[in-house]
Amino acid sequence: MVKNTFIFLLLVATAFIFIHLFAGFSGNQDLNPIAKYYATNGPAEVGSANLVTAVVVTYRGLDTLGEVTILFLSAAIVGFFLKIENTDNKNRPLKYVSEILNTASQILVPIMMLFGIYVFINGHLSPGGGFQGGAIIASSIVLMFIAQPKKEIGHKLITVIESISGLSFVLLGVAGIFLASGFLDNSILPLGKFGTLFSAGIIPVIYIFVGLKVGSELTGIALSLKENQNEA
Amino acid sequence: MEKFTLENISLVIGVIVILVGLWGLLTQKNLLKMVIGFSLFDTGIHVVMVSIGYIRNRTAPILDDAVSAGDAANSIVDPIPQALVLTAIVIGLGVTALMLSYVLRMYQKKKTLEINQYNDLKW
Repeated sequence: MVKNTFIFLLLVATAFIFIHLFAGFSGNQDLNPIAKYYATNGPAEVGSANLVTAVVVTYRGLDTLGEVTILFLSAAIVGFFLKIENTDNKNRPLKYVSEILNTASQILVPIMMLFGIYVFINGHLSPGGGFQGGAIIASSIVLMFIAQPKKEIGHKLITVIESISGLSFVLLGVAGIFLASGFLDNSILPLGKFGTLFSAGIIPVIYIFVGLKVGSELTGIALSLKENQNEA
Repeated sequence: MEKFTLENISLVIGVIVILVGLWGLLTQKNLLKMVIGFSLFDTGIHVVMVSIGYIRNRTAPILDDAVSAGDAANSIVDPIPQALVLTAIVIGLGVTALMLSYVLRMYQKKKTLEINQYNDLKW
């Protein structure tokens, strides 16, 4: 009873915080100054048609690097935590995979991978980007795991892709210090014609590496979880 | 009523989702349901953040045929909350995967998902 009262009080207190926000919030009429700066100068400075991408990769690029680091940390902890000691019990009884799932996955997996690559290469032009594309690639691999549970993917390959792309992201950022005006500056490469695939300086390159990194990390998490089913 | 606008409604829905998630996190005894409560909490915060950046009668911050570069400041919504939510979604995904792997290990140890059974640190 006392516990329920405390929970109720905590919920009311949380609601109270947001009631304050709600009462003082009457909808925006105009962009705030920072957003206005990004909207006015973003296309000329960064050359990215998708302004969210411009904010994520260039104006707030350091945050994205931190975000990628956090994702790497959580993937590393999952891999460390779910490490299996004895790999000899591979003869677990598998559920019957239906013909429909098996056939559909053979058609869908390559298309989904291609779509993931499309999403992260076009991250500066259309909705999407490295994180979304990486998640699409990882979900295609999860579909492959469901359809073919015996399929093996080496942890080593995933680690190599992840390390190379993470390192390239940092090196591209450092190259900005020497070749352009600062860390993660996107004008190492020419800005190109606005709205075309080869534009926006270094953003497509960074997003390709982010996409590969996120895709391999999420695949690694899914692979660890899958391998642990043997022990449960 | 001035309060029944799109951004206010989505703000209220986000707050409701936050409260449901917090309630689930505090009252549920099943570990998986607690993880679900945490995810709901996360999602509610994302909805609130995006609705704060919304501006009426404006479109997504992507410059194309509909939004010309010169007129961008007057025709797009705030891109910064969207970039922040993009970051938050990815981190939420990583944290959820981490929690699920803890739950998996705990289940393998004790063969139960009830939080009451894990009383090793309780005095």
